[in-house]
Amino acid sequence: MKYLEAFRDGDLARRLAVVIAAEADARRRYRLMEFCGGHTHTLARYGLERLLPDNVEMIHGPGCPVCVLPTGCIEAALDLARRPGVILCSYGDMLRVPGKNGATLMKSRAAGADVRMIYSTLDALNIAQEHPEHEVVFFAIGFETTTPPTAVVVKEARRLGLKNFMVLCNHVLTPAAMEGILDVPAAEAVHVDGFIGPGHVSTVIGSHPFERFASNYGYPVVITGFEPLDILQAIRQLIRQLNEGRAELENEYSRVVSREGNLKAQALMAEVFELRDEFEWRGLGILPHSALKLRAAFAEYDAEARFAITQEAIPDHKACECAAVLRGAKRPEQCKVFATVCTPDNPLGSCMVSSEGACAAHYSYGRFVNTAPTSNVPSP
Amino acid sequence: MKRPKEFFPPLDLVRGRVELSHGSGGRATAQLIEELFVAVFDNDWLRAMNDQAAFEPPPGRLVLTTDSFVVSPLFFPGGDIGSLAVHGTVNDIAMAGARPLYLSASFIIEEGFPLADLRRIVDSMAEAARATGVAIVTGDTKVVERGKGDGVFINTTGVGSVPPEVNLGADRARPGDKIILSGSIGDHGVAILSRREHLQFETELRSDSAALHELVAIMIAAAPDLHCLRDPTRGGLAAVLNEWAHQSGVGMLIRERAIPVRPAVSAACEFLGLDPLYIANEGKLVAVCPPQCANDLVAVMRRHPLGKDAAVIGEVRADEHRFVEMETAFGGKRLVDWLSSDPLPRIC
Repeated sequence: MKYLEAFRDGDLARRLAVVIAAEADARRRYRLMEFCGGHTHTLARYGLERLLPDNVEMIHGPGCPVCVLPTGCIEAALDLARRPGVILCSYGDMLRVPGKNGATLMKSRAAGADVRMIYSTLDALNIAQEHPEHEVVFFAIGFETTTPPTAVVVKEARRLGLKNFMVLCNHVLTPAAMEGILDVPAAEAVHVDGFIGPGHVSTVIGSHPFERFASNYGYPVVITGFEPLDILQAIRQLIRQLNEGRAELENEYSRVVSREGNLKAQALMAEVFELRDEFEWRGLGILPHSALKLRAAFAEYDAEARFAITQEAIPDHKACECAAVLRGAKRPEQCKVFATVCTPDNPLGSCMVSSEGACAAHYSYGRFVNTAPTSNVPSP
Repeated sequence: MKRPKEFFPPLDLVRGRVELSHGSGGRATAQLIEELFVAVFDNDWLRAMNDQAAFEPPPGRLVLTTDSFVVSPLFFPGGDIGSLAVHGTVNDIAMAGARPLYLSASFIIEEGFPLADLRRIVDSMAEAARATGVAIVTGDTKVVERGKGDGVFINTTGVGSVPPEVNLGADRARPGDKIILSGSIGDHGVAILSRREHLQFETELRSDSAALHELVAIMIAAAPDLHCLRDPTRGGLAAVLNEWAHQSGVGMLIRERAIPVRPAVSAACEFLGLDPLYIANEGKLVAVCPPQCANDLVAVMRRHPLGKDAAVIGEVRADEHRFVEMETAFGGKRLVDWLSSDPLPRIC
């Protein structure tokens, strides 16, 4: 099967949209949160929301690892990048997230800092090997999907006996973030009926960590992939669960997700990392046991330890509403500065930077729709 | 007794390297020019070894264009910085509906650059120029210290002549006009990426680098009232359409299903997180024409090897916001936004 074609079949999508419209009960609303930024991106890129009936609303969740890092994390990376002799390696999106006063890693490059964009953690390791005279710091971000590769390079660095390679660890955990959305006082809670569960995080940790959102919290959860048909199918399954009064975990991404996940990756993560007591999230506040740091046994690879970094608590830009957007409390276009002062060229906050950020996705693909999307469901 | 003739060793084009003296303007420079550039480009203007070339002005309006080439890597499947430097400037002339006539070629070479590689590049330029029917009539050579240049940078400036009846312009798109693409997008950018050191992936993809002037000539013959023409290089198809939308004060609607994309390009874009709409092409063009010409134009293009996959991909419409929208493969709609930066560095 050619996945790209099969899962983007337009005719199948149209038929699914008709089925969704038929199954959705006109007497109620369905408010479904897609957690992953990757899912937000797919929704926007394929214009999927316009295929849904008016009473099915997608709420964008905080699953964008670039977006949820507070400004203090960026400042810590900027501080390291500016030190002479340091090469800071980072994934592309992080280079454009603004720190204090609009500073970014990309701008610091123009000012002389040695900041390098990498596609893979192995790139950072190679740079460390090629430049033994420099201290090479890898700015590690991401949910569980990107954490195992970081564990791999830490172990490789040990095996190679590298003395100049470090990780600035900002890995965060998905189930904790979902709890952060749900465990809020009723007055602040965002009304959500069901979740589209994370796709690639689940390939690593398995689908079972999400079962409790169904069994304990009572929400239907459908884990799904990133192709447009995956998402339409997941929406259909959620609607069906809600209509039938069920709250179960369903795995639509069975082609790569299993219940127990990738045990080898989990073992690597457990070997190299441990839980932080608490971590500050943009939009979700301080969440306990929601992020990782390197274990003491790997302290020589821990940039925080070697550089004695203390993270500043830096407030967001006054006009920035990323916090509300990340929680799903506001849609991007409801933010006062969306597409006026805050644009991808001049982002005030993180949501406008990453292609997985709700604001960037809506700006790039969907801002031509000035009001809330009206349905474009084709007739059967 | 006769003195033996002074012996000046010829350039070692096999194992030699470019040295600072080759850019100093003295005898070493003259030797490099004579034994490499003049020998390979081989025409009367260059053989005269002047600092400039003189020629009679051709009939019609003159077109002048310039482009610098900093592509990395220098050699890639389907071409190299040399052929790109010829095709790129020839195409900029062709996009004015003009016939390309003369090129200049300036080289900024890093000290230590292998002469064998320089020879390969110059051969490639000569080949591309001959196939196109343009002459490289003048040039310049500079050498910078090791570490201050990335191998070689090339600038080509081109002159062409355009017949008086041709009136192409970025501000000429009108609601109702059709948008035509000459073939698959993304080939060049992805071919380049496949050779980037840390990204190497196997692919049969080659750059589509090619001279488009003949295709343009038959298009104009078939549809003299063509409104807009451009080759979507850096920034891809999306950049061209957005520029036209802004300059013409219109919107556009294109259809994803109508846009040819090779499976290898789609696949590479998927795992690299890129969108083919934003990736450079070096042998494709996009045109805007009045609606009544569109079908004939596509038919004529398809008879030419560089236009065999030509297709109408959308139309121009009135839109005060000047948005370029795309109907996705299943009827959803999305913006084709105007990015402020290139997703890929140094691809042309």
